[in-house]
Amino acid sequence: MSALAWLIPCALALGGLGLAAFIWSLNSGQFNDLEGSGWRAIQDDEEPSQPPKP
Amino acid sequence: MGRALNAHAAADVPLPSRAERANRTERPQSVSLVVEDMHCGACMTTIERALRRTPGVREGRVNLSTRRVSIAFDAAVTDSQALVDVIGAAGFKAAEAIEGSSEQENRRADDLLRRLGVAGFAAANVMLLSVSVWAGAASDMDAAAASLFHWLSALIAMPAIAYSAQPFFRSAKAAIGARRLNMDVPISLGIVLATGMSLFQTFRGSHQVYFDAAIMLTFFLLIGRYLDEHVRLKARGAAENLIGLKSLTATVIGSDGTARRMAARALTPGMRVQVAAGERIPVDGRIVEGESEIDESLITGETLPRWAKPGADVHAGTVNMTRAVTVQATATDDSTLLAEIARLMQAAEQGRGQYVRLADRASRLYAPAVHVLGALTFAGWMLAGAGWELSLTYAVAVLIITCPCALALAVPAVQVAATSRLFAKGVIVKAADGLERLAEVDTVVFDKTGTLTRGEPVLRNGSELSDAVLAKAASLAVASRHPYSRAVVRAARERGLTIAAASGVVEIPGSGLAAASPAGEIRLGSAEWIKSGDPSGGRTGSLRFADANGEIANFEFEDAVRPGARDVVSALKLAGYRVALLSGDRETTVNAVAQAVGIADAWAGIKPNGKICFIEDLKARGRKVLMVGDGLNDAPALAAAHASLSPSTAADISQTAADAVFQGQPLAPILETMTVARAAQRMSFENFAIAIGYNVVFVPLAMAGYVTPLIAALAMSLSSIAVTANALRLRGRNLPLESLRRTA
Repeated sequence: MSALAWLIPCALALGGLGLAAFIWSLNSGQFNDLEGSGWRAIQDDEEPSQPPKP
Repeated sequence: MGRALNAHAAADVPLPSRAERANRTERPQSVSLVVEDMHCGACMTTIERALRRTPGVREGRVNLSTRRVSIAFDAAVTDSQALVDVIGAAGFKAAEAIEGSSEQENRRADDLLRRLGVAGFAAANVMLLSVSVWAGAASDMDAAAASLFHWLSALIAMPAIAYSAQPFFRSAKAAIGARRLNMDVPISLGIVLATGMSLFQTFRGSHQVYFDAAIMLTFFLLIGRYLDEHVRLKARGAAENLIGLKSLTATVIGSDGTARRMAARALTPGMRVQVAAGERIPVDGRIVEGESEIDESLITGETLPRWAKPGADVHAGTVNMTRAVTVQATATDDSTLLAEIARLMQAAEQGRGQYVRLADRASRLYAPAVHVLGALTFAGWMLAGAGWELSLTYAVAVLIITCPCALALAVPAVQVAATSRLFAKGVIVKAADGLERLAEVDTVVFDKTGTLTRGEPVLRNGSELSDAVLAKAASLAVASRHPYSRAVVRAARERGLTIAAASGVVEIPGSGLAAASPAGEIRLGSAEWIKSGDPSGGRTGSLRFADANGEIANFEFEDAVRPGARDVVSALKLAGYRVALLSGDRETTVNAVAQAVGIADAWAGIKPNGKICFIEDLKARGRKVLMVGDGLNDAPALAAAHASLSPSTAADISQTAADAVFQGQPLAPILETMTVARAAQRMSFENFAIAIGYNVVFVPLAMAGYVTPLIAALAMSLSSIAVTANALRLRGRNLPLESLRRTA
């Protein structure tokens, strides 16, 4: 039973971490455009850092 | 002291002026633009790149879900019209978004999502602890560990409930304040009593602890509430985009004669606007220069154009057909027609506010029943001598079991599934109770121009014309933007003729087109002009074509019926709906259309207030009317009818008044809307039956005191999942239009 003393706080802390991450993502507007964010990730950068070699 | 104050004030003085100077050089401003045809990441990148290259733009960010671009720019360098043009040059049609109350609604949806997250976190952890306790009851968990777990559950659940369930508490409080009952009253009572009782039992170290049930209840209900809000927000945004995209750009002529382009919405009374032939008039006003034919079908339902001279009033939304005119904008309240429409609409809308939604009607019966059952359980156990504590525990169990989790999810789940299905088919349901009202309809009243018909002229007697004549007429017509000319060209294209553009075509505004050919002059124009060379001034529904060798052919035009109109009408009639046609147009035209689509009950020459009278008369005879209309003259009738639909080509005011807007040329979406609305209604009743059936099983158990926290939590979750799963059946299935069971 003594394992509970650290298991429960661990479980709660991990859950709380998830909740904090969710609220952070919500507040930073990541749920505002679910379609666009997916596309944005796979778009090329505007200026490639290295010009493509011929 | 005085000097110190003065010195302080003096030190403050330069600050505002510095800020002013900064303002003069840079005026940050932001705008939200609606962009059509934006589908993927490539479109997004194209637009953002184009904006980034534009001087004065600080940031441009595309939102693909809402089809909007929000741009922060420097108003000293550029303006929103220029930004619309930049996106236009990149190949997309953009327009300034109309600002609704979307910002506030977005915040409310985010707020619900946040509460949902907190409730989800708490529900998961409390269930974790509860499952341990349930498992422990069957094995060797000692009382001390169970008590610890209950305390932990209390610590997690109580703050989470206090935060997450606030929307329900607030709504319940408002309802009680107004002396009525809604679904949130039994919900709040159930949650509060279950939490309070569980806390008390935790103190006592008993097993009757319902924190898990209370937090799960909150979680499930918030899911329903959030989805409802989310779908409504999406529909509202899409509807606003439709109106925004129709907004026009006007060419304003300054006092020095220079022309400048600006958004029509920014026009103010007194401005002079140039309207080219074929353009939509962007503003209500008076013609100050030029004469032209004005197509007023969107306003009056009249298909034939009106000849307008300087001094004539013109309305926003009408089309200038023949030649450029200059219009001076007048304030909208000057216009008698618009003022009358607005007044009629206001009166008509008052009647509709009294509609009570299905869920609220159910809760009016359900909530008292729940409270009576709870009280009976308490009284019964007290009389049986169980003591107040046990009696109260059983009463709370009854409240938790009857707590209308499934009932409160039953309707929103169906509504969300139905609205999403219709959204995918291009029907935007805007009104929250729109689907419910649509389902109750038994009479469908159509407007003619622009609703049953396309609202643009089509060549009627094409079959009487030879290919050679049509091709020759089209070679002239291709040079003009007049709607009749375009109809001739379209007819020629449809027949597969090659159109050789005639050289040297002269357009004589208000009369017709002429061009010299090797054999002599050929002409396409009004009958009077062809005959005598006089400019025509009357209403016309036809053109005449004169060949070089004097051969003459008549071109007759009509407003063509939308594709599928006849099928839609016959399907509606087959399902038992009464179908009528109301129009402001003349009798012959109306009868022709009525015959073409198969409506026997057609009324012509009806004024806007006549349309309202017609609908009020049907209402007085106990009929529930669906009005389908697009014109400004339909707006009062749309607001007065039990439910209303309007095509996306409709006048702004009509689109706003309608419960739902459908996109595209075919009329079939009307049928789909009715079908889904009726299926949704039936499914709502099915869900009520599921919820009540589950209560019939569990309420006697709860009253007898057999419901343990485990049973309560399981029953709650299962019933919620059952109604949600039932609602999801609405997606993607092929539904037939259910026929009305006529009782009268």
